[in-house]
Amino acid sequence: MEIVITISSGFFILLGSFLCISGGIGLLRFPDFYTRMHAVGVTDTLGAGMILVGLMILSTDFLVFAKLVMVLLLTLLVGPTTSHVLAKAAFHNGVIPKDSSSLSQAKKKENNSSII
Amino acid sequence: MLIAATLAIFVAMILAIIRGIAGPTLYDRILAVNMFGTKTVLLISLLGFVMGRPEFLDIAIVYALINFISVIGVLRYSDTNQFKHTPNDNESIKKDV
Repeated sequence: MEIVITISSGFFILLGSFLCISGGIGLLRFPDFYTRMHAVGVTDTLGAGMILVGLMILSTDFLVFAKLVMVLLLTLLVGPTTSHVLAKAAFHNGVIPKDSSSLSQAKKKENNSSII
Repeated sequence: MLIAATLAIFVAMILAIIRGIAGPTLYDRILAVNMFGTKTVLLISLLGFVMGRPEFLDIAIVYALINFISVIGVLRYSDTNQFKHTPNDNESIKKDV
């Protein structure tokens, strides 16, 4: 039984730390603000969830388990909300995506229709 | 294994700090700070398990709440165009003084 607990918690924790490192590399290497935000927003939520699930498997006390569930719920609620608000604020304040050909075409169409 | 995960989170935090220092726009920096805060929550809970003191999880909960509120609070300013320093804003500030 102990072997099962050790192997499953190790699997979750190592997968979560791999996701955290890949999120950091994506934050450093991607060319654009929105792609960086994509990398961080995806891997942050899933990596934190994986590590917290691994710690939940390791925990023996019920109070520790309940606190880990609270941290997990907070992370799942907070991460996507922050990403959404950040992207909205950046777009409203004029941060343009790097490959913005489709966006500029859409704006041209809007201008033409407004002129007509 | 717990120590390996702690080291991995340290590496991710260092990468986030590099992006926060080098970030071209303001929003890159805010993103890096947000990621740093999430990684700090994970680091606190992992260190609690490594040291055998899971009471650190209280601090992790409080840190997650503070991180969320601070990021939303900073972004509220950008929603009201407080980040754009136009000449008109400076004139109004001078008039107020």
